[in-house]
Amino acid sequence: MAATKDLDIKVEYVTRVEGHGNIVANVKNGKIEKCEFHVVETPRLFEGMLRGRSIFEAQHITSRICGICSCGHSLASVAAAEDALGVTPTEQTIKLRKLLLDYEFLDSHVLHAFLLVAPDALGVPSFVPLVATHNKTVRQILRLKKAVNDVCDILVGRHTHPITMIAGGWTKLPSPKEIDRQIEIMEGMTAELEPLLKLAKTLKLPNFHRETEYVALVSDDGEYPMLLGDIGSSEGKRVSRKEYRKSTNEFIDPRSSAKFTKWNKDSLFVGALARFNLNYDKLHPKAKAYAKEIGLKPVCHNPFMNTMAQVVEIIHCYHHALAILKDLKKHGLDYSQQITVGVNEKGSVPVRAGDGVGSVEVPRGILHHNYVTDKDGMIKAANCIIPTNQNVNNIEHDFAKFLPEILNLKKDEIRLHLEMLVRAYDPCISCSAHYLDVSFVE
Amino acid sequence: MKTAKKDTKAPAKAPKAAAKPKVAFFDFASCEGCQLQMTNLGELLLDILGAVDVVEFREAISEKWDKDYDVVFIEGSIGDHHAEERLKKIRARAKVLIAYGACACTGGVNGMKNGFELDEIRQSVYGKDYKLFDSTPTRAIDQVVKVDYYINGCPVYPPEIIEVVKHALRGLPYTVPDNPVCSECKLNENVCMYERGVACLGPWTKAGCNSWCVNNGNICYGCRGEVKNPAKNAAKDVISKYNLKPELITKKFEMYNKCKEGAK
Ligand code: SF4
Ligand code: SF4
Ligand code: SF4
Repeated sequence: MAATKDLDIKVEYVTRVEGHGNIVANVKNGKIEKCEFHVVETPRLFEGMLRGRSIFEAQHITSRICGICSCGHSLASVAAAEDALGVTPTEQTIKLRKLLLDYEFLDSHVLHAFLLVAPDALGVPSFVPLVATHNKTVRQILRLKKAVNDVCDILVGRHTHPITMIAGGWTKLPSPKEIDRQIEIMEGMTAELEPLLKLAKTLKLPNFHRETEYVALVSDDGEYPMLLGDIGSSEGKRVSRKEYRKSTNEFIDPRSSAKFTKWNKDSLFVGALARFNLNYDKLHPKAKAYAKEIGLKPVCHNPFMNTMAQVVEIIHCYHHALAILKDLKKHGLDYSQQITVGVNEKGSVPVRAGDGVGSVEVPRGILHHNYVTDKDGMIKAANCIIPTNQNVNNIEHDFAKFLPEILNLKKDEIRLHLEMLVRAYDPCISCSAHYLDVSFVE
Repeated sequence: MKTAKKDTKAPAKAPKAAAKPKVAFFDFASCEGCQLQMTNLGELLLDILGAVDVVEFREAISEKWDKDYDVVFIEGSIGDHHAEERLKKIRARAKVLIAYGACACTGGVNGMKNGFELDEIRQSVYGKDYKLFDSTPTRAIDQVVKVDYYINGCPVYPPEIIEVVKHALRGLPYTVPDNPVCSECKLNENVCMYERGVACLGPWTKAGCNSWCVNNGNICYGCRGEVKNPAKNAAKDVISKYNLKPELITKKFEMYNKCKEGAK
């Protein structure tokens, strides 16, 4: 049946008015003639606006690129700024940044895997109907979300747009009491986390496979790399973050004006599944055990399993964060490292001309920030490459293979499967939260 | 002083007295962080959800609604032609409109764009293809349509969300405090940033965030917008006492308040 099918499919986000993303596909005689996925945001021109601002304002400004990933952007930003300035962060600073990144993963993955994907598994359009039908689960998710938000508030002043974590170090370090409080909240989370992890095991995801290139941070030590490392690929390539442009190779596809990325293959995948595939061995034993239980093992080529890789990372980050907190409690903090910087009016951080790169794993994949500064530490040029842009090309390639495989399904099912595939990439919250209008012309 | 007024026009499809108010959220050029503050309310969100009918919420819900709204939250600023049209359509269907967050209230960080020649900054980001991406100077929501309530901040401060929402649902006016951040900062017994050698925008910025950033060892960046009557003299005193270049303060202020420059 599929062999003779003609389809003209236009998949648009309901909120297409703002052009967050849309899919266009033409099928003739069962052959895909066109299959594109575009993400178009209202241009906010951050890279342009950064020019002429102090390097010490870059974190504050770039945090506002994305409210959901604000801690991730902040961490990439301070890494790039410190690289440009030639500042080496202290061990304590690094430890606290790793803790912050764990929190960021927990927060984002909980929202995506539980609140936004769960409705698919339960067959409802959003989490709102679940308030009535699965009230307990919704409450557990919201409580968990709130708990992560609370520990973040303690650590960085507020989770959305962190205040204390800046280029050069920390403006305020958590007191011993605040460390205790974070441990207490984290330990209290298990009441919500356990049942949700159990529920996640019942998520039914389509069985679809396509080999692609997985790109994520890699390192030589035993820690699952999220904050530090080189850029690695499942094709065996490895480059330093200074060479990030090699791994993101932006090119213009002749079919559209959108920018795509690729490295050693036709397209590349960044995100939880890429990290899982490249660094499985370094996951916390409990995370590995869960992966084994659900039958997830590297190398997994099913993009739908990205959501399950996120759940595995929830377990990893939870234990990793607790270990850092306990270590901080045991060894205490050096409060003399607290710094006051502003825009460096009193020169507390030495400044020089430079060109710095920060590459950090954020929940949706590897993120790069790059700043060029003059001798006064003013930004001359900036470049930020977000994970979703790196994945767009891969989503298109997935569609090209996936669509023919599901052409004999009912229209509604095709629609749902396409939506779920896009959502699996967790492209950005407003995209992934929204249903797609699919119109068929046969 | 910004006072809110309840729209007295009876809309064509007024809900029955017992019906829950229809609430919708729309975002424009923003980071969506202010919407996220809603989910960060945790179970309090369920209480709010219990009192209203959320008919559109880009962040987490996909229900569709094509009638009038009792209350709409607008997040983000206006930076292209399509957005302007869309905002006007929403306004026409909304009984009460809340500008939600700095992007909506003052243009927020998006306003920095207005410090550049428009085509120049577009080219700097998109190269020769820049015309493919429509872009107009940033405007705050009230520079395009009438706004009934303001919730300032980047991001919005959760206790204030609750306050304003309560007022809006009851149709009561809400006055944004017009005292500077310093007044809250002093109550919090922070060591003043000027004493610590860096310049802070607290003296010029509207309070209401409980001096959030200074409590956390950072400076105030002015995200809640300028007070109506900045203690000009006090501010001047600060500048001369600490021997600061006025440009330093102006430049810092542009981060959140460039877009409203020259506006009433
Ligand atoms: S005001 Fe700030 S937090 Fe809110 S949407 Fe705008 S940039 Fe994001
Ligand atoms: S200038 Fe800043 S630090 Fe000083 S009192 Fe005002 S708000 Fe606080
Ligand atoms: S202290 Fe200033 S920058 Fe920080 S939240 Fe308050 S008004 Fe905004």
